[in-house]
Amino acid sequence: MTTPRTRTAGPRPLATLRHSLVLARRSLGKTTRNPGPVVNGVVTPALFMILFLYLFGRPVAGSTAQYAQYLFPGILVMGAGLAGMVSTGTAINLDLRNGVTDRFRSLPISRTAPLLGSVLADVLRYLIAVVILFAIGTLLGFHAEGGAPAALGAAGLAILFGFCLSWLTVLIGVLVRSAEAVTAFSFIAFLPLQLGSSLTGPTDTLPGWLRAWADINPVTHAMDACRALLNGTPEAGSVGRTLLWSAVLFATCCPLAVRAYGRQE
Amino acid sequence: MADKGFEIEGLVRKFGRTTAVDGVSLAAHRGQVLGLLGPNGAGKTTVIRVLATLLRPDAGRVRVAGIDALRDPAGVRRRIAFSGQHTSVDEELTGRSNLVMIGRLLDRGRQDARRRAGELLSRFGLDEAADRPVSTYSGGMRRRLDLAVGLVGRPEVVFLDEPSAGLDPGKRDELWRMVRELAQDGVTVLLTTQYLKEADALADEITVIDHGRLIASGVPADLKRQAGGHTVVLRPADAGDLDAAAAVVARVTGREPSRSHRHGLVAPVAGEAEFFHIAARLRELGIDVGEFAFRLPSLDEVFLRLTGATATGHVAEEAA
Ligand SMILES: Nc1ncnc2c1ncn2[C@@H]1O[C@H](COP(=O)(O)OP(=O)(O)O)[C@@H](O)[C@H]1O
Ligand SMILES: [Mg+2]
Repeated sequence: MTTPRTRTAGPRPLATLRHSLVLARRSLGKTTRNPGPVVNGVVTPALFMILFLYLFGRPVAGSTAQYAQYLFPGILVMGAGLAGMVSTGTAINLDLRNGVTDRFRSLPISRTAPLLGSVLADVLRYLIAVVILFAIGTLLGFHAEGGAPAALGAAGLAILFGFCLSWLTVLIGVLVRSAEAVTAFSFIAFLPLQLGSSLTGPTDTLPGWLRAWADINPVTHAMDACRALLNGTPEAGSVGRTLLWSAVLFATCCPLAVRAYGRQE
Repeated sequence: MADKGFEIEGLVRKFGRTTAVDGVSLAAHRGQVLGLLGPNGAGKTTVIRVLATLLRPDAGRVRVAGIDALRDPAGVRRRIAFSGQHTSVDEELTGRSNLVMIGRLLDRGRQDARRRAGELLSRFGLDEAADRPVSTYSGGMRRRLDLAVGLVGRPEVVFLDEPSAGLDPGKRDELWRMVRELAQDGVTVLLTTQYLKEADALADEITVIDHGRLIASGVPADLKRQAGGHTVVLRPADAGDLDAAAAVVARVTGREPSRSHRHGLVAPVAGEAEFFHIAARLRELGIDVGEFAFRLPSLDEVFLRLTGATATGHVAEEAA
């Protein structure tokens, strides 16, 4: 079940990047025609924000304004990972089911390019989602204590984390048989990853079993890091853990996905 | 070797326990159209995917456009186009964007990619539909676009897996014309098909496989000869000579010919020697012939004979 590996010659990394960008454009072109995933990537976190804000705001933090300061950074991380979470895996899976992937694989381009292209398109979707979420967050009373640099840093970190998390979706998209299954898988993964975290409150307020999970959940670290950054109290610890987790996710999922993609039947 | 469009030798490919291809060899010269013919499950797709570097063989040598496909698959990919059994275009993009995208992936500049796309759209009669999403295309248009997308990079070798599957006869003829044009431009073509008629219409040479094994190969006429079953058809100019002629045929072939209204006498012969022998005897006896033919069996007869019972269902399907 192995396939010939692409011989690398000349400035291949550059060519791979160029080809990835062409394929990212393809993916984004689809987003303009069918903006569902981006809308979903904004609307879902925004709804969660409104819901939690008015459910827990007063009882947990005393006021919705204060709770917004706690809640928004987590919502940002959710938005930066969600806009592509379902769509990328599904799109790659669809490509594999019809003949498009065969076409790409019979072209003299790196087999990484179609996957990287899809993830790069995600990054742009995340960027759009993050900008809109900042606007919504501000409307709901969030204020970045750390100022513009902190906001940029948090957005950058959330998007970087989203980029690495995307590779997990890509891996699922390549491995799973049908597009419906990919959607189901991604949704099932969404709940524990995004909600089983420090999103609504510090993990030490959670019941034991959930806390155990939330403490190792990489999403928790990303949310903590963004929260600290945005509130003007950056912590090297949570940022470091987020970067580490990002690196781990990328370093495992990306090669596995590329390998599986290369030899997919 | 340089004049070979592609060649495979002793190709073996297994999927778990199934041996999809079991020692197949085939080759085509540059500019030749080779038809790979076989019933469903024969191993055609596997062969063509190995040639297109989409599958690695378990054994055997594969060269495409003079390049070893196992050592330098990227080199092969620069010189080929592959169209899968299901069209390999992006349904959500327009015809033009599909072509431009492939041009860009083949490192053409933006302008150049657009120009080439325009050229191909015209050549394949897709000007009007160029800016519509492919999902609105008919089956025939999709196939044409698929072929056009393959030609963006001016490939030397084109692999088409069952290109006419699902096309109605008119659209199929159109596709056939385009495949012939390719060959005229010097492109080597391998096309797989379940239909003898298609292989016969398009291919300079046909290779028949079944159950992963090579059954026969050659130019269509050779194939028919290989399968044997020649007949001689004889109708004397004077109906009164019928019995005498029948006696001649019986003497030479050792078998009494059957008599039919339309053709006169029909008898199987072992080879062309018997045919000439009959001709000589008729001459000697001064029997004038109205019609005298040495007939190859029809391709359907050949196919049936070569692939045995497995093809029966398929031939019926084609006839339907
Ligand atoms: N990916 C695969 N996994 C398992 N078996 C396969 C696979 N591809 C093909 N086969 C088997 O190999 C044989 C040849 O298949 P294929 O090359 O698709 O034939 P054809 O194209 O002539 O219909 C069939 O028995 C088929 O079931
Ligand atoms: Mg097939």
